[in-house]
Amino acid sequence: MASIVIPASPSESRPGRFGVYGGRYVPETLMAALMELEREYEIAKADAAFQAELNSLLTDYAGRPTPLYFAKRLTESLCGAKIYLKREDLLHTGAHKINNSLGQGLLAKRMGKKRVIAETGAGQHGVATASACALLGLECVIYMGDVDMERQELNVKRMRLLGAEVRGVSSGSKTLKDAISEAMRDWVTNVRTTYYLLGSALGAHPYPTMVRDFHRCIGKEMKEQLRAKEGRLPDAVVACVGGGSNAIGAFYEFLGDKGVRLIGVEAGGRGSALGEHAARFQGGAPGVLQGTYSYVLQDDDGQIALTHSVSAGLDYASIGPEHAMLHDTGRAEYVSQNDAAALDAVVKLARTEGILPALESAHAVAEAMRLAPKMAASEILVVNLSGRGDKDMGILVRELKL
Amino acid sequence: MPIRFEHKPGLVIYLTAGDPSLDATRAIALAAIDAGADVIELGVPFSDPLADGPVIQRASERALARGTRLRDVLALAKQLRAARPAAGLVIFSYLNPILRYGLEKFAEDAAAAGADGVLATDLIVEEAGEYLAALGHVHLAPIFLAAPTSPDDRLEAIAAHSRGFIYAISRTGITGKQQSLAADAAALVARIRRWSKLPVAVGFGISNAQHVAQVAEFADAAVIGSAIVELIERSTAEAAPGAVARFIEGLRLPHAALTR
Repeated sequence: MASIVIPASPSESRPGRFGVYGGRYVPETLMAALMELEREYEIAKADAAFQAELNSLLTDYAGRPTPLYFAKRLTESLCGAKIYLKREDLLHTGAHKINNSLGQGLLAKRMGKKRVIAETGAGQHGVATASACALLGLECVIYMGDVDMERQELNVKRMRLLGAEVRGVSSGSKTLKDAISEAMRDWVTNVRTTYYLLGSALGAHPYPTMVRDFHRCIGKEMKEQLRAKEGRLPDAVVACVGGGSNAIGAFYEFLGDKGVRLIGVEAGGRGSALGEHAARFQGGAPGVLQGTYSYVLQDDDGQIALTHSVSAGLDYASIGPEHAMLHDTGRAEYVSQNDAAALDAVVKLARTEGILPALESAHAVAEAMRLAPKMAASEILVVNLSGRGDKDMGILVRELKL
Repeated sequence: MPIRFEHKPGLVIYLTAGDPSLDATRAIALAAIDAGADVIELGVPFSDPLADGPVIQRASERALARGTRLRDVLALAKQLRAARPAAGLVIFSYLNPILRYGLEKFAEDAAAAGADGVLATDLIVEEAGEYLAALGHVHLAPIFLAAPTSPDDRLEAIAAHSRGFIYAISRTGITGKQQSLAADAAALVARIRRWSKLPVAVGFGISNAQHVAQVAEFADAAVIGSAIVELIERSTAEAAPGAVARFIEGLRLPHAALTR
């Protein structure tokens, strides 16, 4: 009898499962690499020297802890809950993504891998990974859909300046999903020498868990900082959800605090028909895409649907498996905000606070703008401002006719 | 119908169903069987074929653009089974179309269509509990991939749960042609044989008679995929069956005397 046990059905007790979601749905060729990664990550996680090196980089290189900022003028203009912004946009490279890129970059180096590949949608993970690789002396190849390369051109140039090779992907929808497929094709071919630095809480185990762990600092700091400022927990935490890395990082420390509402904001795009949005919980169904079992926007034949969002980072047909579980258990709520609301939120935040949010993060700001007026002035709402909007200037110039 | 390799070496032929049309795939499959293919793998086109190279990606796009659905592929299997009762028939798919169709309904319908086995590209053995049960109920053979990177405990599990044959991947990477067969392949097949008495078919990158002859030295069968799909891409729908038949006949030419 084989020593590998085959469970009759997916269950919560298995590593890499979030309820029935998650798991490992990959070609057999990748299994040895995923198991090696899981093993090495567990060892590194328990290694004080690894954690100290990571913390030192997060502090001195990336700029942690990030401020928790009371958005006084935004709050006053909405006449409701007090709004705090967790300023991940102030991190080096411009978004929360650097937390994970540094963590996995150190892990790649520790595992003796000289070549790093990654996918990117908005380019924030690509820039963060290119920076981490430059810092750590690793070769870096970034896959990016042709559509995303065009709409996030500035980030393409930044990655190249940082020494990364950016490879355009012209298959399928030419966006994040196709970049992930192409990165997986590269990995399956060069699996013995290459580290795949996945950028969201997606994909096969151990990625969703590992990426979440590297972003847990967001929620931890949020909790401590709010305790220092207000002496209590927030009433709600709001974050945008593409794959879901910034949201799971913000939510995780509050999962046990039942009084804290956790609200994930998906991209409502430009309409409710399949293909016009990226709201997986409104039109998606459980399925397997790119290594994990989660909610997937798909047609009746199980073909993956095209998606649309003004923000490249939310423009993806599936969602991290832990979010799928939090959705089903009701611990987190998932709503959507459309392109127009996100653009309005960019303007609102820019003009009330002098802060230009990334289009992704603007979806969370839009939800805060909807929710705050319905809450009491004594209540507290924290928005995870996951990234800054400099990268979006091309789109903003066009959309807002600046 | 159990999968058998009557010829030496056996030939497994992969076709993307619906490329360029379902009628064309039927004609090509019949021609392939008559030219000596032991097993036909009917590929279910998928929107995001992450284990496939550009040739099969393009074929999948063409098949999907024509509206090819999993139920159509099962109907095609039924026609092939009726026309060629002795040929091996395997449904080859990514997992999501099967899940969407419904695992148990898929197994029942595939068995009713006369398929012998199923290969799900992105399903590893540990995640296959429900799948194995569904296929087992209707006596469909689960065919798993074994990779050069698979450690022995994985090969043991793959061997324990496979029926029909084991598909050994010749090299790390995606599907597609290559110049020479990696040394990985022979070593992998030797390791698989320690755990299984099932026939072993070697695939990925096999595109000519020389490769097939090399595979024959250490394995039971060769799987030809991208080379055939590319040939179909270059041919007209009318010419494709003849072109594929001649190609398959050519694959065994140096070994014609060994045919039982």
